[in-house]
Amino acid sequence: MTVTETDNALRQKTYLGAFNEALHQIMAEDPDVFCAGEDVGASGGVFGSFGGLQAKYGELRSVDTPISEQAIIGLGIGAAVAGLRPVVDLMFMDFIMVAMDQIANQAAKLKYMFGGKTTLPLTITTNAGAGLSAAAQHSQSLEAMLAHVPGLKVVMPSNSYDAKGLLIASIRDDNPVIYAKQKTLFGAKGPCPEEMFEVPLGVANTSRPGTDVTIVTYGRMVGESLKAASILSEEGVDVEVIDLRTLQPMDSEAIVASVKRTNRCVVVHEAVRFAGMGAEIAAQIQEEAFDYLDAPIGRIAAPFAPVPFSPGLEGGYVPDAKRIAEGVRAAVSRNS
Amino acid sequence: MEITNDVLKDLHYRMIRIRFFEEAAGKLFENSEMPGFIHLYTGEEAVAAGVCAALRPDDQVGSTHRGHGHLIGKGGDLPKMMAELMGKATGYCNGKGGSMHICDLELNMLGANGIVGAGAPIAVGAAFANKYRGNDTVAVVFFGDGATNIGAFHEAANMAAALQLPAVFVCENNEYGEYTPRHKTMAIDDVVDRAAGYGMPGVIVDGMDAVAVYEAATQAVARARAGHGPSFIEAKTYRYYNHHGVQIMGFKYRTDEEVDSWKARDCIDAMERDLVAQAVMTQDEIDAIRAEVQQAVDEAVEFGRDSPYPELDEMLTDVYTIAAN
Repeated sequence: MTVTETDNALRQKTYLGAFNEALHQIMAEDPDVFCAGEDVGASGGVFGSFGGLQAKYGELRSVDTPISEQAIIGLGIGAAVAGLRPVVDLMFMDFIMVAMDQIANQAAKLKYMFGGKTTLPLTITTNAGAGLSAAAQHSQSLEAMLAHVPGLKVVMPSNSYDAKGLLIASIRDDNPVIYAKQKTLFGAKGPCPEEMFEVPLGVANTSRPGTDVTIVTYGRMVGESLKAASILSEEGVDVEVIDLRTLQPMDSEAIVASVKRTNRCVVVHEAVRFAGMGAEIAAQIQEEAFDYLDAPIGRIAAPFAPVPFSPGLEGGYVPDAKRIAEGVRAAVSRNS
Repeated sequence: MEITNDVLKDLHYRMIRIRFFEEAAGKLFENSEMPGFIHLYTGEEAVAAGVCAALRPDDQVGSTHRGHGHLIGKGGDLPKMMAELMGKATGYCNGKGGSMHICDLELNMLGANGIVGAGAPIAVGAAFANKYRGNDTVAVVFFGDGATNIGAFHEAANMAAALQLPAVFVCENNEYGEYTPRHKTMAIDDVVDRAAGYGMPGVIVDGMDAVAVYEAATQAVARARAGHGPSFIEAKTYRYYNHHGVQIMGFKYRTDEEVDSWKARDCIDAMERDLVAQAVMTQDEIDAIRAEVQQAVDEAVEFGRDSPYPELDEMLTDVYTIAAN
């Protein structure tokens, strides 16, 4: 099941509220689910993501840990191998770098190295993206680095519906999943049912159908791409927007099918352009749909620099609807 | 604490199994019948035997790159171990892990680990699961002296103490981090000094004395089982062979006198002398045990040799757990 921005028959919920509601519901459903991380317990998380859980479920299921990113992930790995279903939080996606051994060398590989003799139902939640003037160590989008590691799954929801459905699917998944929320979307309201539901990992959503050009994107850039599509529709360009929702596994079939119809493609992400997801997506398209392409595949992404602090710089760093529209115009103006 | 004859025999049996397995594995490695890296436990047998004899089957063990002894201490299957070391499909991990990742989750041995110190946070996670479930199972964390210099270890030890988890931290201090002497990498004489910084009780034991290790482990395990939190054991021991391999490096980083002085205190020789002197076992009984274990090790080697490598299509299995729906 999918929703579009115009589907207003459903209840409205904020992105962060949808995340929190999913946790409350899955912890009620499954006694093996617990949450742990810095400030996750008594204070409910720095952004309120884990609010109300400790009051309802106690200190053993809503654990305040030391500021110890490696041990937080290790706590989750050991508990998962022992049969629990942990949700461990790293406050900012940048902090993943502190815990990369436990994530990439341990969580990702244990099942394989053990000859399949374990499952690792571990969800690592974190907060990604720029836009808060949080500077270069609290603003990164590191999904490409994680998607590169066999054994990990990587999820980046773009709206309230997916925030809830993807979180439930991530926690129920028997593999290590990194679930990265987008900080600038926390207050964004969108349709989201009250009952529990899953958005399956690895299935893209067509956020906007179109015929002239495909934008492949995810996370916060879905909203900007939809704005760009509105601008371009006034210019007579009908844009299709594909929201990947999950970067690993990636819904390559949906990307290729769309490009085969539109014959043009622009990939949009907030992470830096060099060796970003756009490079992988463009490579897959030329492998699977080379003869269908009427223009080179465009990439709209951040420049190859750390995320700057000053609003004057950060505003120009993160792609927006205007830049996306320019990139799409370049793709559609090119004759085959 | 009174040690029964059965416990003494058990400690001896565990040590012999480790020693004979490692000797055989070292020979196979030198004969190029064993691919990759091998970190032999020879010399340190009293630590794994003493600690594992103090555990219940449901107690978990987190291990290190030098992990064969921990798995055998927990009751590991020698043919499956040897096959795994040789990269064979019949091995514990279907040939996908090898020496550095050997595990038996049914024995609650959570896996050797190729990253120094990385097993500690994972074993602490298992200890958390025990507390979460409200059972009285204990998780043991084995690590070397070198691992106490890495951040992940400190994080895990502090977290175990802060959350009062049922864990026992066992430092196998063999005085060398790879080829660098310990005194060059830390400014303390006893690793156990670090325990106070985590708020854990700590003891030093002679790591060449399986009985002493067993006694210390029994106390630490009882404390954890009773819900009083983690504690720290520093077992002073010695690695007979090189960090990696047997004696292949071709350079001297320890003196012959030093190596000989530790071998003169060999944990198995000392224990066998005591067993005979105290009339717990006769020399004939000891010889019979040795012959039995040697035969089991020989059979494990043959099992490994006779087993096939994994099929190529195994390359892509078990990267992920596939949902059964």
